[in-house]
Amino acid sequence: MLAEKYRSEIETLLAKYPPEQKRSAVMPLLYLAQKEYGYVTEAAMAEVGELCGISPTQVAGVVGFYTLYHDHRGGQRYVQICTDLPCALRGAEKFAEVLCQNLGVKMGETTQDGEFTVEEVMCLAGCDKAPMFQVQDVDGIHYHESESPEKPMTVAQALAILEGYKRKK
Amino acid sequence: MAEHILLRHRDIPDLHKLDVYLQHGGYEAFKKVVTTMTPQQVIDEVKASGLRGRGGAGFPTGLKWGFLSKDFPRYVTANSDESEPGTFKDREILEKNPHQFFEGVMICAFAAQANVAYNYMRGEFWDIAMRLDKVLAELRERGFLGKNLFGANYSLDIHNHLGAGAYICGEESALLESIEGKLGQPRLKPPFPADKGLYNKPTIVNNTETLTNVPMIIARGAAWYKTMGTEKSPGPKVFCLSGHVKNPGNYELPLGATFRHLIYELGGGPPSGLKVKAILTAGASSTVLTGGDDILDTPMDYESVAAKGGALGSASIIVLDESVDMAWLTLKTSRFFKHESCGKCTPCREGTYWMLNILERLNRHEAKKADVDLLNNVASQIAGKCLCPLGEFSVAPVLSSLKQFRADFDGHAKDAKKPAPAAARPAARPAPKAKEAAPAAD
Repeated sequence: MLAEKYRSEIETLLAKYPPEQKRSAVMPLLYLAQKEYGYVTEAAMAEVGELCGISPTQVAGVVGFYTLYHDHRGGQRYVQICTDLPCALRGAEKFAEVLCQNLGVKMGETTQDGEFTVEEVMCLAGCDKAPMFQVQDVDGIHYHESESPEKPMTVAQALAILEGYKRKK
Repeated sequence: MAEHILLRHRDIPDLHKLDVYLQHGGYEAFKKVVTTMTPQQVIDEVKASGLRGRGGAGFPTGLKWGFLSKDFPRYVTANSDESEPGTFKDREILEKNPHQFFEGVMICAFAAQANVAYNYMRGEFWDIAMRLDKVLAELRERGFLGKNLFGANYSLDIHNHLGAGAYICGEESALLESIEGKLGQPRLKPPFPADKGLYNKPTIVNNTETLTNVPMIIARGAAWYKTMGTEKSPGPKVFCLSGHVKNPGNYELPLGATFRHLIYELGGGPPSGLKVKAILTAGASSTVLTGGDDILDTPMDYESVAAKGGALGSASIIVLDESVDMAWLTLKTSRFFKHESCGKCTPCREGTYWMLNILERLNRHEAKKADVDLLNNVASQIAGKCLCPLGEFSVAPVLSSLKQFRADFDGHAKDAKKPAPAAARPAARPAPKAKEAAPAAD
């Protein structure tokens, strides 16, 4: 249970908001639930709802609205490649395609070993460092970007970064 | 510009460290307002500086601060949601110059007599948020946040709040809903946040870059600030340059610098050597401007860009060279807005869906010329009917591209007289292959 295992974290989170506005903690609590269970389970929605005084249905609405919450089990981590306009103008669509080929998946799929779910995402504010992607795992979200316009990230470099995540486990 | 005002970390190494920031006059402006000024004096100084909101709308900041209704408690919220395609300026400030930003938040909070402020960051800025949590802890420890600051009768705390992937939360009332733990859907206005904002209390929502201007305005004065930029658009601005240029990145320039200066002299122009076909000035939310001399020589300030039919917005300058097909461009922008529509109001929810549907068919050469008229029709029906600016933004690139580059669209129609152009997207940049460093930008 979140309430027991993360007592002090939860107290710190709730203290950021006025005592009568516990609902404001729903988003940070959902990140905590994802950290604990890998995704937001139905039981976690009920737990989070109880902690911040709203119904499980209201929690489910929040989970469904925001793209960084997941209500089912995906890969161990999400590889989210920006193919939005500014990155696309600098070759990100091709980069994403070749990376998917190397991982043996189509966009949106999970690798056979269950390590990575690969997704295309909207602009991540890394337009001058295209191509770039982020990795979301239970510990948070980390950016991986090209070193400079002259040295764009290669697919080989991206694959090496992903190998690093597998070892980290 | 000789000296950076907003990107000061480019002149001063390690400015993100508190002690370095203090060595360079850090938190002196905050101390000055708390110990020697009244809130009204602070508001008057910001008003006199002519500072305008850097998030996109360009609304006069001091005026916004002066609108708060008399109710208490009050809140200040920094908008660090930065999600507009082509915008990456607030990120650099948060990463490299966080103290100047937080000092801006503090001065704003004092002016509003708010005792709590929130910094709302997009969820993807996770690593930045972890660092900024430590920065805030250090500020509390060192007495820059807390009770009775500098021995005066003023208390303040600041908290970071992470979003979770929703462009719409950059709209101020959606941002407030999100902090309240609800879906990030815009509120019907009025009432405006200055009257009923966070928790139904008077609230100021300011963009991160806007707030980062404030400490220098207090430290050096409004008259100094007005020596930069133009009369109606004073001060420095961070321009985010991306797309077809040799040197993409953030450039701090006075408002009123020309597109040519930014795109060619600083950006190095398109690496392909092709001419600039079109410019987006406000990210995906832009009315597309053509790349002609008339536009290139236009000063980048709020009035001058508006006079050309565009909007400076957040100054996210995306450069498109002549290889870009505008039917593809609008497919990309429409895909973005369809994905990010919050679904609350019908014209936006349904309209972005149908614009994308037509553009997908058109880009696959499955649509007819009549569908291009239909696209124009759908976009025109969305315009002016949406609850918030997102829907309006979604039609700006579509309608302006149709008007100025109609042939790009008609060329894809299966009943077009000429065969469809070979390039349905920008001329292929060499794709970076595995184990091979292919330059993407040349």
